[in-house]
Amino acid sequence: MIKLIALVPLFPLLGFLMNGFFGKKISKGLSGSIASLAILASFIVSVLAFIELQGSTQKENIINIFSWINSGTLQIPFEFLYDPLSSLFLLIITGIGFLIHVYSTGYMHDDEGFSRFFTYLNLFVFFMLLLVLGNNYLITFVGWEGVGLCSYLLIGFWFKNTAYNNAAKKAFIMNRIGDLGFLLGIILIYITFGSISYTEIFDKAGSVSPATITAIALLLFVGAMGKSAQLPLYTWLPDAMAGPTPVSALIHAATMVTAGVFIVVRSNVFYSLSEVASHTVAVVGVLTALFAATIGLLQNDIKKILAYSTVSQLGLMFLGLGVGAYSSAVFHVTTHAFFKALLFLGAGSVIHAMGGEQDIRKMGGLSGKIKITFITMLLGTIAISGIPPFSGFFSKDEILAHTYEHSKILWLLGMITSMLTAFYMFRMLFIVFFGKFRGTHAQEHHLHESPTSMTFPLIVLATLSVIGGVLGLPQFWGLPNWMHHNLDEVIKIKNPSILSHETEWKLMGLAVASAASVIYFAYTLFMKHKVLPAEKESQLKPWQKVIYNKYYVDEFFDIIIRKPLDAISTVFYKFLDLQIIDGIVNGVGTAVKSIGSIVRLAQQGNIGFYIISMVMGIVFIVLLTFLVK
Amino acid sequence: MLTLLLITFPLLAALILFLAKSKTSKTIALALSVVEFIIALAAFGLYKHNPDACQLWFNVAWVQSLGIHFNVAINGMSLLMILLTTFLVPLIILSSFKNEYAKEYNFYGLIFVMQMALIGVFTANDGFLFYVFWELALIPIYFICLVWGGENRGAITFKFFVYTLFGSLFMLVGLIYLYNHTNVEGLKSWAINDLYTAGRSLTETQQSAVFWLIFIAFAIKMPIFPLHTWQPNTYVNAPTQGTMLLSGIMLKMGTFGVIKWLLPMVPLGLEKWGATAIGLSVVGIVYASCIAIVQKDYKRLIAYSSIAHVGLISAGILSANQQGIQGALMQMLAHGVSVIGLFLIADILLRHTGTRDVDKLGGIRSMNGNFALLFLIIILGAVALPLTNGFIGEFLLINGIYQFNAWAAAFAGLTVILGAVYMLRSYQNIMLGERKDSHIAFGSLASSDKWVLYIVVIVIIAFGVYPKPLNDIAEESVKQLMLNLK
Repeated sequence: MIKLIALVPLFPLLGFLMNGFFGKKISKGLSGSIASLAILASFIVSVLAFIELQGSTQKENIINIFSWINSGTLQIPFEFLYDPLSSLFLLIITGIGFLIHVYSTGYMHDDEGFSRFFTYLNLFVFFMLLLVLGNNYLITFVGWEGVGLCSYLLIGFWFKNTAYNNAAKKAFIMNRIGDLGFLLGIILIYITFGSISYTEIFDKAGSVSPATITAIALLLFVGAMGKSAQLPLYTWLPDAMAGPTPVSALIHAATMVTAGVFIVVRSNVFYSLSEVASHTVAVVGVLTALFAATIGLLQNDIKKILAYSTVSQLGLMFLGLGVGAYSSAVFHVTTHAFFKALLFLGAGSVIHAMGGEQDIRKMGGLSGKIKITFITMLLGTIAISGIPPFSGFFSKDEILAHTYEHSKILWLLGMITSMLTAFYMFRMLFIVFFGKFRGTHAQEHHLHESPTSMTFPLIVLATLSVIGGVLGLPQFWGLPNWMHHNLDEVIKIKNPSILSHETEWKLMGLAVASAASVIYFAYTLFMKHKVLPAEKESQLKPWQKVIYNKYYVDEFFDIIIRKPLDAISTVFYKFLDLQIIDGIVNGVGTAVKSIGSIVRLAQQGNIGFYIISMVMGIVFIVLLTFLVK
Repeated sequence: MLTLLLITFPLLAALILFLAKSKTSKTIALALSVVEFIIALAAFGLYKHNPDACQLWFNVAWVQSLGIHFNVAINGMSLLMILLTTFLVPLIILSSFKNEYAKEYNFYGLIFVMQMALIGVFTANDGFLFYVFWELALIPIYFICLVWGGENRGAITFKFFVYTLFGSLFMLVGLIYLYNHTNVEGLKSWAINDLYTAGRSLTETQQSAVFWLIFIAFAIKMPIFPLHTWQPNTYVNAPTQGTMLLSGIMLKMGTFGVIKWLLPMVPLGLEKWGATAIGLSVVGIVYASCIAIVQKDYKRLIAYSSIAHVGLISAGILSANQQGIQGALMQMLAHGVSVIGLFLIADILLRHTGTRDVDKLGGIRSMNGNFALLFLIIILGAVALPLTNGFIGEFLLINGIYQFNAWAAAFAGLTVILGAVYMLRSYQNIMLGERKDSHIAFGSLASSDKWVLYIVVIVIIAFGVYPKPLNDIAEESVKQLMLNLK
């Protein structure tokens, strides 16, 4: 199956083409089935290949498709690399991708753009698969930009709404800022190594000057900051919630936004070799984690809460990467994919039941009405809050333990983030599912559990969120850590844990205790005292207002980038171009003309006449010379 | 002989149109231009089979006493440009099917005269002949703009004409200067290789002077900042097909000229002044991109975006390495195709709604989803999304510029961001959201428009996914050129 790994991206591509060309002519059922089956087929191939790879000793498999761009010493084949890292990502993408496709057949059922939605979704999966399968940075970049395009199309899916269109455009442009860094990084890799293929460059990295390695690592990280929504390029992600909820689950939680983590893990050698770069990654990561978590505390839109939570969790992953815990970060990508996809899909189910309502202040008491949604979301919330033995506990604990080795301050910030996470997640859970129903009568009447197509994925993801921790059980418990072992060959420079078992136990205990007490605090606040978020912004305290308005970061960018860009552009156009540069040209013209008007007396002054004489002359000379010969 | 046929067939086509004055000139013109494209494909096949085939060159003495030869030949680079020219002309003609032009036989005839001159420019291996074709190309486009142009066509066309003619005179001086330094067994020669030898024998100061004399002519044609101010008005006022000829093909005369008639000629001049010229090109990228952001008229927006694109191409060429020049060739092809699509879209907007003002349009996607999709793909090509043809060139170009100077590459790379800004902003304003003016209706596209857009879109994707057939030629010909640059 490994030799046929190209089938994995091929199926979604075919699904995309079929729905793209014939989607409008066929029934919704057929259209959704084609798209879902395409991903299912990819998932099956991925599983078979995965099993084969686990049993094989050859961990790096290169599959050449065709020769793509050649330019002198720059050879870029269209080539795949199937190794433990890409094999894991394939499972996540196709597995969760399939569940979300199934879910979407229910969620999008009444949308007039049904087949268009699945066309985009299949295309997204195709590009995402290219991203993780590529054997060189440029194929990864193809996928990278491709998923950006699909993200753009899906955020602006309801294209009549200007706010959604703006969100889509913002996502694309902010990502492009990162992409420029990524592109320059790729070029620097080529100039440094003479190749951009993963299988050819990493072994040579040791002999390159540290400054160059740092530059490469930082440029790639700029790309990662854009795609994975890290400070300061994160503001597009909360806005991206304008897209349909399954999109938020698949693209803006489980897969695309983890591409930044993927590329750092892929390039782990560079980061291990450059302390500057890895520190930058860790600091940016932890600051993003903390920053986004505080914003999450006061949001009232159920999807926005989850969006900030995603930004925050991504920050934690980068913290892990920055302290060299690459496999732990991948582990967290995996468990996060389970529970965050679950939470988003659960939120979608809530929104579905509420007839489109997203404001948690208008919900309440839903636990009895939509039981499956409630239970699965509860499990997801526990998982993200880091309560054992749920999956999030294990992956987060690994990252924090590694961080503790490196820096107590970063560890502390990470701990605070975890506590905030537990708080705002349970805040959301309590406010949405308990207390009195606060919506309209019509909404109350409309309340219903979602169809099986939507609850089935919830149940599967909930199960994974609960048991996902087995993928990376703590080694100091004397248990096998499959995740760590699996990525052994991908992580070139090892960074083994040096903590004593005793310290690890203490850290773990502290994490659990703090999470539990925060949850209890949230319980007293929202369940016992039935505190509700303020109805109006004016009721907020000044510091709350700042947080509620996301620290005014959007406004800040508006003032320092967007407005100046427009102003400069206008000055360039109206003043520099039309007045100065063209003014000089016209001035020269006028001067020549006034001189010419004197000379002209001897001439006819008709351009047309001159041209015709010139043509005639040339034709005459040509004819003459040929005839004379 | 095939080369000579490629040059003379359009002339024949022009004569047929001029003399027949047929009412079906459109169809005749389309058929003839397709024949020319087939001849080009034959040349392509022949070249792939044997790049040195005698069919591909033609050389007879023209004015013996002055050493002028009618010497034309096809090499890899010129083959790419010929393919571009002969491929675009049928599309340009097809795109005019919904426009009514007075005395259209003259209009189409002039397009063929233009095509002849362009192919002459791309194949000439004799300095004097090159100059003759270079100037000859200006004449038909001058008339096309003057006779069938927009409101203010007189003054604008005059400025365009004088500006470019003025630049070309510098080139003529430069070429004559080189010619005077040739010495082939005691005789002077216009042959390109003799001019190369002559140029290389000059001192650095002399080479610098020649560099600027010739570069200015090319820079105006492209155009490069700050010699660009003739361009936006000319593009906007020219009839759509004129704009397509100017931007799709004629602009490439300048970039092609730099590659073939400047780089190998004056290596010392390039070494001394290349950085300055790259600086201007790169500044132009950001400058024109910014201006494009604030344009209201979609056609003018495309005009400025074209200045930005050509700035990147120019900077890549002047960085004088394999990736830079190869990227330039690939981007010249890609830009030619996508700009035809974009200018046709501007024309379609005007025909269907009566305006090209991005602020007045809106909501067209709801009225014609098919058009919205075609438009979007062309835009993605223009912003160089991977797997579109625009990406191959842009990646190689930025790569080439990076090898010259990392900061220049980063600055030039801003096009990645700014391009997305003006393209997506205008697309959103024109196509998405709700209709701003309820009077504006947008029905289905005319089949001729559809065909052009389909073909453009197919090419954008096909050569983005599999650029090898063209890229191999570009790679090989740049390798040859690089031997000459050392």
